[in-house]
Amino acid sequence: MKYYSKKVLNHFLKPKHLGKIKNPDGTGSTQNLKCGDVMKIYIKVEKDKIKDIKFETLGCAHAIASSDLICDLALGKTIAQAKKIKFKQVLKELGDMPPQKIHCTSLAEYALKEAIKDYENKSAHLV
Amino acid sequence: MKPIYLDNAATTPLDEEVLDEMMRFFKQDYGNASSIHRLGQRAREAVEKAREIIAGFLNCSPSEIVFTGSATESDNLAILGVRKGHIITTNIEHPAVFNACSHLEKMGFEVDFCPVSKLGIVEVEEIKKKIKENTVLVSVMYANNEIGAIQPILELGEFLKDKDIYFHTDAVQAVNFLDCDVKKLNVDLMTLSAHKIYGPKGIGALYVKQGVELNPVLFGGPQEKGLRPGTENVPLIVGFGKAIELIEKHKKNIPFIKKLRDKLIDSILIQIPNSELNGSKEQRLPNNVNVSFKGAEGEAIVIALDQKGIACSTGSACSSGSLEPSHVLSALGNKGHGSLRLTLGRNNTEKEIDKVLEILPEVIKDLRKVSGHS
Repeated sequence: MKYYSKKVLNHFLKPKHLGKIKNPDGTGSTQNLKCGDVMKIYIKVEKDKIKDIKFETLGCAHAIASSDLICDLALGKTIAQAKKIKFKQVLKELGDMPPQKIHCTSLAEYALKEAIKDYENKSAHLV
Repeated sequence: MKPIYLDNAATTPLDEEVLDEMMRFFKQDYGNASSIHRLGQRAREAVEKAREIIAGFLNCSPSEIVFTGSATESDNLAILGVRKGHIITTNIEHPAVFNACSHLEKMGFEVDFCPVSKLGIVEVEEIKKKIKENTVLVSVMYANNEIGAIQPILELGEFLKDKDIYFHTDAVQAVNFLDCDVKKLNVDLMTLSAHKIYGPKGIGALYVKQGVELNPVLFGGPQEKGLRPGTENVPLIVGFGKAIELIEKHKKNIPFIKKLRDKLIDSILIQIPNSELNGSKEQRLPNNVNVSFKGAEGEAIVIALDQKGIACSTGSACSSGSLEPSHVLSALGNKGHGSLRLTLGRNNTEKEIDKVLEILPEVIKDLRKVSGHS
């Protein structure tokens, strides 16, 4: 098995969704206390759809690639659809990775879930 | 494009002269050194010549050199082969010592892992304090593989020489640069490796002072006085001898390597904000640079640099199978998340270092953008 696939490398070197969103509708933040990686996902929601999504990640190449890829998967989806995105999809898209890297993809799933939760909490207040 | 190789603490390229010397024993003189025909005797002669070269380098007798399959094996033999009793080591040892000691601890032995200072150096007084009536072995590395911190082996040897305690040092990283005279250092056991000194992988040696009682870890034939049974790996032993022989010739380059190291350290700390040097700047191997960057993770730095043609290492948790950060950096109180190790070698040029100093700040800047630390 290769240490990282071409796809991981591409997402790591040229992430498409890098950055912050001003006044996001939801923010999700998560940290792996063991390895120290920190992930943040920002979402903008319009008519129940994820209209914009960005990330900031302090972590290894796999963590950065996983963040970028989960943004790819979530962009344009409805909240209900985005909630169903699993780390296994990220894993499948990115290709083989060493076992100790799989947690990077679940960290991304968790950050997205947190962002959606934050959005739902905020919108619940508005109602 | 030829990569800029700055991972010489991991392994070194094989020297051409070493390769030439070994070839004969792969091709023509393939005999078993224990065979009594002429092919075997030629192999035996070559093994003994290599042993003499290494003994000369260490200032010991050839009969005190045991060839093993790696430095890990040498370390294991030194730690596991000593009679039962209390062992003192440090918490920055190479895993080959550290884990062998942990194994003994699990088996019920008494082991003390001495802490080190913030600069990565063990205090002689700390070791002295830990000595007990039943202490049988002190094992302290000569220079650390991650941060290049040089340990007070001379002082420890001086203190331990009159005691009934064996003193082992893993000198793998030190051999290229430091005095390895075992008499001057007063060590009883010393671990060496060939592939860190431009020799082949798969061969190590252990200096075992005459009179030191050691039990084998592997059991088999009478090779290496029964301490390391198994057919001698003749070509690799020959290569090891040649690599040791070439060290003297290259010692004159040490000031240059040191100059490049200092240029790297000084420029990185000036050019890149929120960067810090891990380990002592003074008591440091001439070829070791280990720096941490806030807001950039070590493995990501290594992969990004690799894409730009620079090969180096990290002590980051992400690169270890267990997700545990480097025990060495943890021992210094550093989480090691952003550590980068650059280790110079004989073949590096100033131009290469300038190139690294051009590329590295950009890589850190990019990664800090990704992490939101810019």
